[in-house]
Amino acid sequence: MGAIYVDPAKNRAVINDDACVECGACYRGMSTENLNPVMVRTIRKVARFFRFRFEPEPDVCPTGAIEMNELEMPRLIRQIFSDPVVEHKSTGIKGRGTEEVKTNDVSLRVNAGEVGYTIEFGRPGVGVRFSDIQEMTWTLAKEGVAFERNNPITHLMTDTRSGDLRTDILNEKILSAIVEIKTPIDRVERILGVVEEVNERIDTVIAVGISTRCEDGEDKTLGPLLDDLGYYYARAKTNMGLGRITNKIELKRIETVAR
Amino acid sequence: MTNTLHRYGHSDSFRDDYIIFAIPSKGKNDEDCIPKLKQFLRICAKYGPSNMGNGNRGSIAPEKGLGPAAHWKRNAAPDWEKVIEGVSKPGTVSAVFASEEQALGCLKEVVEADFGISVNMSTSVENAQRAAENCGIKRHSVEYALAFNDPHDHLPNSQILGLSTMCGHGMVSFNMARKMLDMVREGRRTPQQAVTTLMRLCPCGVYNPERAKRLLEEASREQR
Repeated sequence: MGAIYVDPAKNRAVINDDACVECGACYRGMSTENLNPVMVRTIRKVARFFRFRFEPEPDVCPTGAIEMNELEMPRLIRQIFSDPVVEHKSTGIKGRGTEEVKTNDVSLRVNAGEVGYTIEFGRPGVGVRFSDIQEMTWTLAKEGVAFERNNPITHLMTDTRSGDLRTDILNEKILSAIVEIKTPIDRVERILGVVEEVNERIDTVIAVGISTRCEDGEDKTLGPLLDDLGYYYARAKTNMGLGRITNKIELKRIETVAR
Repeated sequence: MTNTLHRYGHSDSFRDDYIIFAIPSKGKNDEDCIPKLKQFLRICAKYGPSNMGNGNRGSIAPEKGLGPAAHWKRNAAPDWEKVIEGVSKPGTVSAVFASEEQALGCLKEVVEADFGISVNMSTSVENAQRAAENCGIKRHSVEYALAFNDPHDHLPNSQILGLSTMCGHGMVSFNMARKMLDMVREGRRTPQQAVTTLMRLCPCGVYNPERAKRLLEEASREQR
């Protein structure tokens, strides 16, 4: 995000709170030394005076100066969507992640003839504000798509028919977030076109994942369609089909339904 | 979050990048899954992974309270056991392999172990298809990564993208990737030292140090 910079007036590193997405990389990802700050600054000044290159390990904070703030809503939402190791239940959001088709062999989230989309805003490394995400959810809602119920962004909608998000979070900036929808396969061209069109209006990057269920181990529909439409895809996440339902309550429920 | 899907590169650039991960589904097969997830990681560890992770830490993690000598001598040895023992709740566990042989060997044993938990492979489309065929399994679902939409020109060059997108959660920033690439180019760090710094920042353990090292070596010879 580039939220930390050295303020020339103070001659100290400061954090631009508006740009900071509370990802915690500066705190959790950095190793620390806990040296005396006066000594560290003196060494830096001497090195600068003699034009030495000051070249410590880039991921070591010499003084252990960085601390995480106690966050409250709406700023807390930044951390939920930016820090991969923090979970918060206080907001009512069931975590940040989503299973997508990673568990499709068990959940059948995307079934035969359907296409799942993970429309990820701000990734890679650019970040996004919820107001920009709302531009997309509004447009997709007008297209009549169904938002995935078990998705953190859907949980933040006040109306899934219009795509409205909570007003208190609209100005918050996060590292990334995924809007998850599914459609019949004949809508792929239209939906991908809509995503590109909305992206022109919102100042961020978007990474789209598009998924389908294989038939007899082969994708005979979506891959060929993407080829025809001219979309490039080199990488994929492939569910190998080794999962099954093993929870006792769920097994009982399925048995009851079958009876 | 799709933390392994959107890695930047063309198909051939994933020749040394195979991620196998297991993930339980909430309410479906997450009961008593922790021993299974640990066993999954133990199998992975047998096949010489380049990295492993449990969602909270990778095989090399940041350290607190270092002494000044750390700038010359830092712990760079992967600790598989800490990753395995660190699995404390249902979630994604993963292993990264740098060769098809290692990934195939691991996947075959995971298939035999029959944990009943969803197992995914994240790599090129062709690599995963071949792996499934060689293991005698049928792919259930596939999610393709389309190219990034960047109409406002926010993204850096392909070399920086290749390095930073290996942490899908964005914990390896463009600036950090650029800094490490510059340090390698100027002979201030070896590619191995630079890679170890980058992988420490990825808490999920999906950063691929072998591929990163190759990308750094290629990039240090030719700047794009």
